[in-house]
Amino acid sequence: MSKFVEKSTVISGIGQSDIGRRLFRDPLELTLDACLAAIADAGLTTKDIDGVATYPGPMSVPPGFSGAGVVDVQDALRLDLGWWSGGIESPGQLGSVINACLAVAAGLANHVLCFRSVWEGSAQGTKGRASTMPGGGGGGSFRASGFMEWTLPFAAPSAAPWIALMAQRHFYEFGTTREQLGQIPINARKNAGLNPKAIYTEPMTMDDYLNVRMVSSPLSLYDCDVPCDGGTAVIVSHVDTIPDLRRPPVHVDAVGTALRGRPSWDQFDDLTTMACRDAAAQLWTRTDLTPSDVQLAEMYDGFSFIALAWLEAMGFCGHGEGGPFVEGGQNIARDGGVIPLNTHGGQLSAGRLHGYGFLHEACTQLWGEGGARQVPGNPEVGVACAGGGPLAGALLLTTHR
Amino acid sequence: MSDTAVPDATAPEVPFRILPALTDLNREFWTAGARGELRFLRCNACGYYNHPPTMICPVCHSKDLAPHSVSGKATLHTYTVNHQPWMPGPELPYVIAIVELPEQAGLRLTTNVVNCPHEDLVIGMPMRVTFEHHSDGDDEIYIPLFEPDPQARAS
Repeated sequence: MSKFVEKSTVISGIGQSDIGRRLFRDPLELTLDACLAAIADAGLTTKDIDGVATYPGPMSVPPGFSGAGVVDVQDALRLDLGWWSGGIESPGQLGSVINACLAVAAGLANHVLCFRSVWEGSAQGTKGRASTMPGGGGGGSFRASGFMEWTLPFAAPSAAPWIALMAQRHFYEFGTTREQLGQIPINARKNAGLNPKAIYTEPMTMDDYLNVRMVSSPLSLYDCDVPCDGGTAVIVSHVDTIPDLRRPPVHVDAVGTALRGRPSWDQFDDLTTMACRDAAAQLWTRTDLTPSDVQLAEMYDGFSFIALAWLEAMGFCGHGEGGPFVEGGQNIARDGGVIPLNTHGGQLSAGRLHGYGFLHEACTQLWGEGGARQVPGNPEVGVACAGGGPLAGALLLTTHR
Repeated sequence: MSDTAVPDATAPEVPFRILPALTDLNREFWTAGARGELRFLRCNACGYYNHPPTMICPVCHSKDLAPHSVSGKATLHTYTVNHQPWMPGPELPYVIAIVELPEQAGLRLTTNVVNCPHEDLVIGMPMRVTFEHHSDGDDEIYIPLFEPDPQARAS
C-alpha cells in the first residue's frame, strides 16, 4: 500500500439536483435531491452512509451561497455518523471532499456523503448582484472588517475585480490577450451545448465574446460564471467496500491541498498565478502519473482566468504559456484536444455549482456516462480542480488502480 | 503629499464608500491621512512592514511594532477598469488597482487610481498617494487613493 493514503479511497457515486438559473425551490430540497441521487448511484442506502462533509457549511451571508449544512442533512436523512465536517476554511470547495478521503483512509467512516448546494440565482432574484454584495450594497452603519477591510472601501467587493487584477498582470508579463482568454468561455459554451442541464447553451462566437459588455477589464460578462440554483453530491468510499458498490468506482490517485503563499488576493507573491500553483505541484509529488497521462481536465472557471491559471499550474503548459496554449481552442477541445477542458460547460455556461460540478463531471466522463458530450477514447485519467485566489484543491482520478 | 488637497466628503464629488471598522491596529493606517501621511505597522526589531497589521511580526515574532510613515510613492502593479455597479461608489467606470510600495518588496495595497485618464494607465508607472476624507460619527477617515506622480514623470 502506498504511503499516500488517498489511494485507499474512491468516488463511488455522484448526484445532482435540478439545476436552474432561478428555481425558487427550497435549498434543502435541492441538497437532498443531490444527496439521495448520489447514494443511489453508488448502490448504497442511507443506512450505509457513516460520514458527511460539506463546503462551506450553513451561511446566511452572502444570500444563496449555502443551501444546507451537515446537520441539516444528517437530520433530514436520519444518518448515523462516525465522522463529519463542514466549513469554509479548506483547500477550496473540494477541500471538503479531500477531508472525506482522509477520514475514510483513517477508518472513521466507510462512505462519506459530500455535498455543495447553492441558490444564488434565486437569492439575487430580480435585484441583481448588488443585492448580494457585502454590506447589502451600502448604506446604514455597516463597516468593513476582516480581509474585506482592504477591498470594500475601494468599491471592490467582488472576486471579479480581484481576479481581473491578476489577469491584467498576466497580460502584462506574458502578452496574454483577450482573444486567447476568450477561448475558455467559448470552449465552455460549445460543451454546454451538449449538456442538457447547462444554463446557457446557444453558441458563442469570438465576436460575441469581444463585443459583450465589460465587467472589470480585461474580464467581460462572458468571463464571469453564472449564478444558479442546484445541489451536487458525491460519495467517498473505502476501497475495501468496492464489492458493495453498484459499479467499479473512480479511484482517487492523488490530492493537492498546499497553501504556501500569503492567503490574500493582493499580497500573494506572484499575482500571475494563485494558490493553485502549489496545490497542483504537491499533487504531482503524490503519484507516478504525469500531466501527459491526463485525458480530461475539469477546472474551476468562476472566472475564465482561473481556469487558465489551473491549466498552467497543473503543468498542461508552462507558467505564462496559458495564452498561446488555449489560442484557437484546439488544445482544450472536448473532441480531439490535448486536454479536453470543462466538458460540461464549466461554471461559465453550465452554472456556478461552486467547485463540486467539476468533480461531478470528471467522474461522469471517467464512467463513460457523458452522453453527447462524452470525451472520446474511453478516458481513464482525469483531474478535478477547484478554487481561485487563496483557495485551491485538486484531485487526480483514475478508473483503475 | 502636503501639496495635495484633501477632498472633503461633504463635497458632492466625494463618492459613497463603505468605511473600515477602526481598531487599535489599523487606526493609524486609516486616519494618518489627516496629516498627509501614509502609515503602516512596522516591526521595530527587524524593520518589516506588517500589512495587513497583526500584533506579532511574522518575520521575527517581535511584539514591538509601531506605525511608521512611508514616502507615499508607489508603482502601479496591476489595475482593472471596473464597469460593474457592484455597490454605490465612485462614478463608473472607475479604476481598482494594486500598487506596490518602494519601501518593501511585495508590500502592496488595493486602491483606486484617481486623476488619471484610463488610457494613460501603464503597469509600472510611478504613483503617489492622495487622500479622500470621510467623516462618520467620531471617526475622521482618510482613504488612501493613488494618482500619477508628476514629479517622477518630470524626472
